[in-house]
Parts: sequence; C-alpha cells; structure tokens
Amino acid sequence: MEKKKKLLIDAMIAVAVYAVIMVLLNKGILNRQMRSLLTPICTNVMLAVSLCLIVGFLGELTLGHAGFMSLGAYAGALVTINLPFPPYVSLLIALVVGGCVAAVAGLIIGMPVLRLRGDYLAIVTLGFGEIIRSVINSMDITGGARGLSGIERMTNHKHFTIVFILTLIVIVVVSNLVNSRHGRAVCAIRDNYIAAEASGIPVSKFKILAFVVSAFLAGMAGVVYAHNTGILKPANFDYNTSIEILVMVVLGGMGNIKGTIVAAVILTALPELLRGAADYRMLIYAIVLIAMMLFRNSKFNAALMEKKNRKVMERLQKEGN
Amino acid sequence: MSLLNSILEQFINGLRTGSIYALIAIGYTMVYGIAKMINFAHGDIIMIGAYSLYVYSAVLKLPVIVAILLTVLTCSVLGIVTEKIAYKPLRNAPPLAVLITAIGMSFLLQNIALLIFKATPIPFASIINVPGIHLGSLYISGTTLVTLGVTTVSMIALTLFVNKTKAGRAMRAVSEDRGAAELMGISVNGTISLTFAIGSGLAAVAGILYISQYETLMPTLGALPGIKAFVAAVLGGIGSIPGAMLGGIILGIIESLSKAYISTQLADAIVYGVLVIVLLVRPSGLLGKMKIEKV
Repeated sequence: MEKKKKLLIDAMIAVAVYAVIMVLLNKGILNRQMRSLLTPICTNVMLAVSLCLIVGFLGELTLGHAGFMSLGAYAGALVTINLPFPPYVSLLIALVVGGCVAAVAGLIIGMPVLRLRGDYLAIVTLGFGEIIRSVINSMDITGGARGLSGIERMTNHKHFTIVFILTLIVIVVVSNLVNSRHGRAVCAIRDNYIAAEASGIPVSKFKILAFVVSAFLAGMAGVVYAHNTGILKPANFDYNTSIEILVMVVLGGMGNIKGTIVAAVILTALPELLRGAADYRMLIYAIVLIAMMLFRNSKFNAALMEKKNRKVMERLQKEGN
Repeated sequence: MSLLNSILEQFINGLRTGSIYALIAIGYTMVYGIAKMINFAHGDIIMIGAYSLYVYSAVLKLPVIVAILLTVLTCSVLGIVTEKIAYKPLRNAPPLAVLITAIGMSFLLQNIALLIFKATPIPFASIINVPGIHLGSLYISGTTLVTLGVTTVSMIALTLFVNKTKAGRAMRAVSEDRGAAELMGISVNGTISLTFAIGSGLAAVAGILYISQYETLMPTLGALPGIKAFVAAVLGGIGSIPGAMLGGIILGIIESLSKAYISTQLADAIVYGVLVIVLLVRPSGLLGKMKIEKV
C-alpha cells in the first residue's frame, strides 16, 4: 500500500512539473535564456542519474562519463545526418544507436573493472575518457577538432515533451533497477563485496551490468545533447564535464536519486542565471566536493545519523507494540 | 645514420620528459605507500610550483637560487596544508570519499590559480642558461642536461634518505603497518606530513624543470603531466620508489617515440593505452608487490 502511494505521488510530481513547464512555455512567460536551459537541465538530470547508478549504488568512481556521453552524441548525430528518415524516426534510431555504442564502450570498460577497484578504476576510466576524446579528435568522420555541425535540432525547447519523456524513462529505469533484485545485489557489492560474493552474488556480472546500463543511458543523454546544440566539439566532453556530473551526484547525496535530480537541476540552472558569478563556478564546485565529503564523514554527521536511526527504532518499537 | 640519429634524439627527448614524470611519480608513489590514497591534487602542485617560480623570479625579481628555494618551500608547505585540511579528517573514511576530496582539491588549486593569474597563458622564459653540447652529430640542449642532472641528483638523495636515515626508516615502517609503527613510538602524523612535504617539494622541482622546457604558464599545465606521472607510477608499481623512476622514464620514451613516429594526436591515447594494458596484465606494475587480500 505504502509503495503504491509513493509511486502515485512521484507520478503526480512528474505530471505537475511537466504541466507547469508547458504552461510557462506556451504563455511565453519564460524568456529566451530560460527556454534554452530546459534541455540542458534534462540532459544533465539524465547524465547524473545514470552516473548515480555507478557512483551511488555500485560504489565505484568513474571519471569518464563524458566519454560515454560523447560516444552517444557522435553516433546519434551521425545517424540523423546520414540516414534519410523522417525526423522523429531518425531521432528514435539515433537514441538506440547512441545508447548501444555507449553501452558497448561500457562493456569494454567494464571488463577491467572486474580486476580493479577504487583509485585504479577511477584512473582507468579517466584514461578511457581521454582516449575516446583523442580518437574522436583525430577522426575525419567526426569532423576532428573543428566539430560536427549541421545536426537537426530535434530536442530543443520546441520539442520539450520528447525530452521530458526521455528523462522520465531514464529516471524510472534507474530507480526500478535499484529497487529490484539486481539492484539489491549491486548495493550489496558496494557495501561489502567479499560478503556479497560469499552469499552467491556473481559480482562480476552485476558490476558489468551497472556499467553497461549506465553507459547506455549516458549515451542516450548524449544524443539528446547533440540534437539540442546542433554542433558537437570534442572539447565539450573533457574531464571537466565528467567532474561536473560527478558533483551533481555527490551533492545529491550519492545514492539518492531524488537528491541527484534536484542537484542536477540546480547546478545547471544556477550558473546560467547568475552569469556574474561564472568565474567562481568551478571554484564553488571544488569547495562543494571537499565540504560534502568532510561533512559526510564528520562526527557531527555521525551524531545526526545516530539520532535519526534511534527515532526510527523507537517508532518501529511502538508500532510493534 | 640519419634515422639512427633521429631515433637517438627522440630517445633523449623521452629521457628528459620521462625524468620529469619520474620526479612527479615519486610523489604519487610515496603518498600512496603511506597514506594509501591517490593524491589527485599532486599534478596541480606542479602548476603551483611553476607559478610561484614566476612570481618569485619574474615579478618579485629575486635571485634565481632564492626563487627556486622559495618555490620548493611554498609547495612543500602547500602539500602539508592540503593534507591537514582535506585528507587528515578522512583517514578512516571509505576510499571513495577520499578520492572525491582529492579531485575536489585538484579543482580547487586549479581554479584559485585561474582566479589569480587568469586563463591567458603567461610566457615565461626558461631560467636555465646552460649551453648545450654536441656529441658527434647529436645535439643535446642545456635544458635537457640540467633536467637529467637535477633529476638524477634528487633521486639519489631521496633513495639515500629513505634507506639510510631515521626519518626514512619511519616512513617505510608507517607504509608497512601504520598501527604497529605507532606502537613503536613513530609519530604517524609527523611522518605523513613529511611525506607530503617531500612529495610536493619534488613536484615543485618537476614544475620548475617542466616550465623551463615549455616556457608558458597556464592554470591547467599541471593536469597532463600529473596524470601521465600517475600512469608512470602505476606502470612501475605504485608504492615502489624505484618503480616510479623506472616507470617515468619508460613512459617518457614511449611518449616521445610515438609522438615522433606514430601520431602527435594519438600520443596521449597511446600513453593511456599503456596504462590500461598494464593494469589488465599486471595490476601491481613492473616492480610492485602483489597484495593478497585478507578477509
């Protein structure tokens, strides 16, 4: 019963958000700048939620998420440029192709994950991200450093419904996965992989699963990104982009999907709306990362958590009586 | 003859870059050995080193020797301070938290430099004024000679320090078993601070040598050598000081040869490819020790 109620509330929130944005869009209340922010917010939500699967639930750090995104973006853009289909059909194909290309990369990167953990994994994914970027940079079909232009803009604010639905799909996929048997296995690996292995969870399989799903979703986000900006440049998918997505996940509370969504919305909208503080944006990100980590591991936070746990215990005891 | 000559020339170039990587890699390796964490901000210490040399020698017009000493001092102090502020409170935290903090620290240093010195590259002439030498038809520049000399001396000094002095012995003890070392009366906090100071000092030297080679200052200049030096540290086996030296030099030569004979654009990709292959084939690196996991 509780579960159904929660689901209903979530669905209502989604519908309400959509309705409000559509009304604002159609009445022309949003100015040009705010309209142009809609799709980037959605892409960042998709990216952050998909990264949340690896960082928050699998408990591994990857620094190459922008690499997955760029693979999806380029593959999708090449599909829509080169295939003679009506716009929406080609967008659909582009989404699938972009996602699959990124997922294959996720599979390839997922393999070394079987042997590596923590710091090593982070650096390998960083390396992979940079390899992807330099390969794209040196290929002709992707336009090299000049970039790939002439992509039909099929996901800008005029097509907000599609973008919104795609974002919802990503969120639903990740949150359902996390609450499923598979998701619990992934979380068990995060909490103690030796214990998980001893309980019969095929650790390698689930690690690769998390990587592939996350990469697929990031690839889709990349396709949306490509069809919003209309031009792709390898420089847009560097290390900094990966870090930006990571900050969203960390600020959202690492493993909290709702928090990640809110963080992604705020971190995309705020810097654009506060142009004056643009110089300080990265500086603030850096401080946020450090401060969040210090806070999460501080004695103060531990005391807070204990208080909360005690309250829950008391409530459970009362209910039991 | 000319092909052999050009290969030799690339080899020496590789040796020069490689020895800079080796100096940086030692910092990574020492910190990893003792604090069991990867100091992502290490690459940015190189950048701070390059900028502080610029401030001391070009802006404040101090004599070169004084400027160099002050640069090394600045970086060492910075290393200790970052450890005390950001890493020390997380000593018992999960590795993911420490890693994210280190990335945050790296970003923080980069952006502070960006705010102070702005994004426009600053040209900064090399402080090394040594004539090059001709060996037959081969020309070796003064910067290369100084770089090779300085790195060799630093490595010998470091090896002697770690193996022969009391502080070095304490360092090895802490890296072996922190708890037991503490019981033997070794100050763990002091040793960790000393490690960060030495690592950052070496990074400052690397920064000075790096900037003498490239002669342009940018807030992001430390990122690339930082990551490559990390690759070098992993290649040699992280935690092992001779491994870091070897890894750095091998990596420098690989990079220089692939830049010259394969593709300039793909050189970075090749370097990362090496990292991936090493980690897949021999995760403990060339000279590293295999760790047995205990439950």
